Amino acid sequence: MADQNWPLYEVFIRSRSGLSHKHAGSVHAADDQMAIDHARDVYTRRNEGVSIWVVKSSEIIASDPAESSALFEPAADKIYRHPTFYEIPDGVENL
Amino acid sequence: MLSPGIEQFRMNKEEALISYLLRLGDNALVLGQRLIEIVANGPELEEELANANIALDYLGQARMFYSYAGELEGNGRGEDDFAFLRDEHEFKNFLLVEQPNGNFADTIARQVLFDVFYRLQLDALILCSDERLAEIAAKSVKEILYHLRHGKQWLIRLGDGTEKSHQRITKSVQKFWRYTGEMLSGDELDDAMKKEWNGPDLKLLKDEWRKEVAVILNEATISLPGEQWMAAGGKQGHHTEHFGYLIAEMQYMQRAYPGASW
Repeated sequence: MADQNWPLYEVFIRSRSGLSHKHAGSVHAADDQMAIDHARDVYTRRNEGVSIWVVKSSEIIASDPAESSALFEPAADKIYRHPTFYEIPDGVENL
Repeated sequence: MLSPGIEQFRMNKEEALISYLLRLGDNALVLGQRLIEIVANGPELEEELANANIALDYLGQARMFYSYAGELEGNGRGEDDFAFLRDEHEFKNFLLVEQPNGNFADTIARQVLFDVFYRLQLDALILCSDERLAEIAAKSVKEILYHLRHGKQWLIRLGDGTEKSHQRITKSVQKFWRYTGEMLSGDELDDAMKKEWNGPDLKLLKDEWRKEVAVILNEATISLPGEQWMAAGGKQGHHTEHFGYLIAEMQYMQRAYPGASW
């Protein structure tokens, strides 16, 4: 294997039921099944997860850092998009 | 002190359980020790961790078997005494698990041949009449299912892989085949365990083992080794020449500094 690296997979772990999968890191693996096993061995050794997703890193489509000002800065001064201008009625715990 | 010889298997019910627990513990400890020997030699970082995880699973299982055996024995012996202060002939592990790691294919072949048996054995022990052993078996079998999943995939990948990997894994399976006989043929202690504690029926286990291994080898495009001479003796404490070196290394610290602790 020294002359040829296995493909890289990104690993997402869900820590408990009801929460969403979070990016945990990446592993090398020769195939999809091995990627799940490697993710299990590397990222859930300390009881971190109840579910694993893996996806080939090459399949991820990422935003271009050069475009970040066009993509993200317009949202910076639009505080009215945050739901912070409402009075929360008494007795409502989660809104 | 527990008697090691085969002639002493005509023992009472509780002694049979203690001896059987030690056999289980010895298999787990010795295979765990073998795998620990190759820590930091993994072919890939991820496989390195897989191997270390698997080794630690066996070590944990050995501790559970030994602790329980020590409690039943009631002489104050504990897990460390069983692991570090017994001599070669007092260990009753299968010859298979003490075989050297060899190359990666060897390690995988040894692992799969043993784990298929061990999984069946633990599954049967879940139904035994000793509650504590049944609980330990139920806990351990989950770990072994993962080991099997890992080992089987590698065995198939190597067997059905390149010409070189196919040759190597075929050679490994053939090399270890002769050590599978003693796992599958019962002796007095296996009989006592079955009779007194509703333990595994090795005749049934043997058929299931052969069936399961045949399926895996078939998928790996490895031909099933034929009938051949089988080595035996591990269960009676007669080991291969490799075993002395293994326990010498494993026990060095306790032998050199008796009673030392962290």
